[in-house]
Amino acid sequence: MYYCRMQDVGKAKADVAAARVMQRVKGVTVTPHFCKIEEKDISFFKDFQIIVLGLDSLEARSYINSVVCGFVEYEEDGSPDLSTIKPLVDGGTEGFKGHARVIIPGITPCFHCSLWLFPPQITFPLCTLAETPRSPAHCIEFAHLIQWGQDRTGETFDADNPEHMKWIYDQALKRGEQFNISGITYSLTQGVVKNIVPAIASTNAIIAATCVLETLKIATMCSTGMDIYMQYTGTEGIYLRTVPHDKDPNCIICSPGVPLEVDKSITLQKFIDTLFKDRRFKLKLSKPSVSYHGNNLYMQAPPVLEEMTRPNLQEPLVRLMGGEKSDVLNINDRRLSGVLRVRVTFRDDAETIDMDTVGTH
Amino acid sequence: MALRSTKYDRQLRIWGEHGQSALERAHICVLNCGPTGSEALKNLVLGGIGSFTVVDASKVCASDLGNNYFVDWDSLGQSKAKTVSAFLHELNDAVDAKFVEESPEALLESNPAFFSQFTLVIATQMQENSLLKLDEICRQQNVMLIIARSYGLAGLLRISVEEHDVIESKPDNKVEDLRLHNPWPELQRYADEFDIDTTDNVIHKHIPFAVLLIKITQDWKRAHNGKLPANVRELKVNFLTITARRRVEEDEDNYTEALKSAYVVLFPPEISTELHAILEDKLTEVNASSPDFWVMVAALKQYIAKEGQGEPPLDGAIPDMHSFTDYYIKLQKIYQARAEADVTAMVGHVSCILKQIGRDSSSITRTTIKHFCKNTRHLRVLRCKTLRDEFSSKAGPELQRFLANEESSHPALYVLLRAVDHFAATYNRYPGAFDGELEEDVSRLKAIAVSILNDMGGGGAALPEDLISEVCRFGAGEIHTVASIVGGIASQEAIKLLTRQFTPVQGTFVYNAMSATSLVLNL
Repeated sequence: MYYCRMQDVGKAKADVAAARVMQRVKGVTVTPHFCKIEEKDISFFKDFQIIVLGLDSLEARSYINSVVCGFVEYEEDGSPDLSTIKPLVDGGTEGFKGHARVIIPGITPCFHCSLWLFPPQITFPLCTLAETPRSPAHCIEFAHLIQWGQDRTGETFDADNPEHMKWIYDQALKRGEQFNISGITYSLTQGVVKNIVPAIASTNAIIAATCVLETLKIATMCSTGMDIYMQYTGTEGIYLRTVPHDKDPNCIICSPGVPLEVDKSITLQKFIDTLFKDRRFKLKLSKPSVSYHGNNLYMQAPPVLEEMTRPNLQEPLVRLMGGEKSDVLNINDRRLSGVLRVRVTFRDDAETIDMDTVGTH
Repeated sequence: MALRSTKYDRQLRIWGEHGQSALERAHICVLNCGPTGSEALKNLVLGGIGSFTVVDASKVCASDLGNNYFVDWDSLGQSKAKTVSAFLHELNDAVDAKFVEESPEALLESNPAFFSQFTLVIATQMQENSLLKLDEICRQQNVMLIIARSYGLAGLLRISVEEHDVIESKPDNKVEDLRLHNPWPELQRYADEFDIDTTDNVIHKHIPFAVLLIKITQDWKRAHNGKLPANVRELKVNFLTITARRRVEEDEDNYTEALKSAYVVLFPPEISTELHAILEDKLTEVNASSPDFWVMVAALKQYIAKEGQGEPPLDGAIPDMHSFTDYYIKLQKIYQARAEADVTAMVGHVSCILKQIGRDSSSITRTTIKHFCKNTRHLRVLRCKTLRDEFSSKAGPELQRFLANEESSHPALYVLLRAVDHFAATYNRYPGAFDGELEEDVSRLKAIAVSILNDMGGGGAALPEDLISEVCRFGAGEIHTVASIVGGIASQEAIKLLTRQFTPVQGTFVYNAMSATSLVLNL
């Protein structure tokens, strides 16, 4: 990190960076917050006009994406209220590769719409680690994920503790000897256990500067912006290309209303049950609350509100929605970082189908 | 030493100790230390180069504070080269930092021999006529040159070296060299030890997929007159079906792997067009002054014709395969042994050639040759035209082609960035420098650009009007973000050239910061 000096080792990165930038650029205020983004109240993010991300995990990006998409309010026709939109600028690198993108929630694809862009994380099958290791990484992960728990029960493994890392390395070596596998080094052990991503200053500089340039464009309108996702690779020549993507109209994070067809006779309780049976939503929900145009139909908390809204569960949903044939319900749930908008369309009675098959296509 | 490997840990994982050592032996010269030069140098300093010298005649002024991170208020009025050099030295005191308070243009005239001490020169924000001179000097003195320019919301980069050879190009997409379609005797013997129809279910699902494919291919050949599947369709419809049918249980991962990798039976790695060109290069006719690289290529040619029977030496590395440890390790050792044998054969050819050209037959070590053998399929030779040749080449028609399609902003920027330098030579300022003359500058710049295009034989091609206006609007501004991107790319190309790993860019890289797109023009 080029804003750090030897004397900064041990201090919070946020504090060091903030101090150094303010020292160099007069008139700017940089406020450091030394914590995880999830530790902040969602309202914290409402204070900003643009949010720029230098995150290192899919989970963190997913989180902030949900928060910002949750801020967007939609008009009747499904178009977003521009004043509720906060653009996100995101970048990431690995070795000679990097990406940068602009997310304008409600207009461009959100992070979730294009999750398919990211390759799946590699994990080793347990039986390979336990019974048929073949590579140095297998030996290391066995020591890390299985042997530690057995031999040092009760101790939480800390990847930043050199003694813990050395223990893993020594055990991995022994296992390697046992299975005739060579090539286990301390460096590899660290790499595998900490999932170290190789990094070089040049790629980081290119991607960071690209993100800043896009942010400046949003703030000043000085030029056309990136449309919409830039990929960069420097291993063979120079590859730098930006491609547009389409928003997924059914994205559960940023859609103005993920479509769901239900029977006209359905009650609010049955509707909530349907959400849990639907492959798209069931893993994202635990105790969903439902509201319609700002009116609480059913609130899981606090207890007094739950008691008040509980009778609605037995009401026909169509009545609770004022007889509308199709409209959007807002689902809130502590598992969701933003709001899930479901566009409910009521099927005429003649089109009734078995409730259990809803959402399985 | 322990501190060094911790400090460089993240990058050591990319280019290894030998790459890092190459960086630490490098002496870099950066011409002009505005943001483009400073940002390029910053990345190299963090990377741990041996030393740098910054050449710049200017003093730090107020406008520098707005676009150059490596100056500050206290340095106003002082030498920019001195200031930037000191700031960069703070980032990594293992790097030797020097500066020369002179303009690069003046240095070119007064002391061209100055450049001979460097491994690489990075010339930033310099005009065409100076670059032509610098290019000649660097070629004469065998110094590598990278030209980088950031201009408003556009950028340009070009390497200029006579020849750059890469053994370790580390391509992203490597096809595994498993020789399943044509196993050598030891590999075949090992496969013969297996009964892939065994009724023992545990063994059945732990036979490595390489063995499965060797045996299934063998059966196929017997049933099809010794031939492999004729095409992709036959592979998919018949070969894969036969393979899948041999599955006894659903969870047989080795069969899943076999199905996924079956295509290597039909499409084993070939000798690429690039490698063919290298093997046919006239430099393979080696003599006493030939670089080791070409001696080894000459040996490779002989190996392919003889022991290799059309194939280069075996890589020796195999992917992980779902199997018993025992089976896999044995298989791994067979591939490694064959790779070692190929190295020995190559050593024989290298020794022979060295003797023939009057060199000590052991002057290229087995370690070096082994390293070469592991990478033969991915060798790269980069040769760059001189700038003079590029500008006098009739590249117009090529540019015309690009100007006609949807990526036209890039060839247009190429022409316009040349045009702004011609403009400056005529009017002693850049287009758009004065707000009041903006409109006239647009017409002036257009006329110059059209004339350059004509000289290149591309007359008649249209340059996008709004782009010409934009370039004038830029007013030759060096914006920190664009400079960081261009500088970042320059530093990355420098690292590739210095470590001799990965493939440097061939041609002129044109960057459009408005759309975040780029194109490499080979003119």
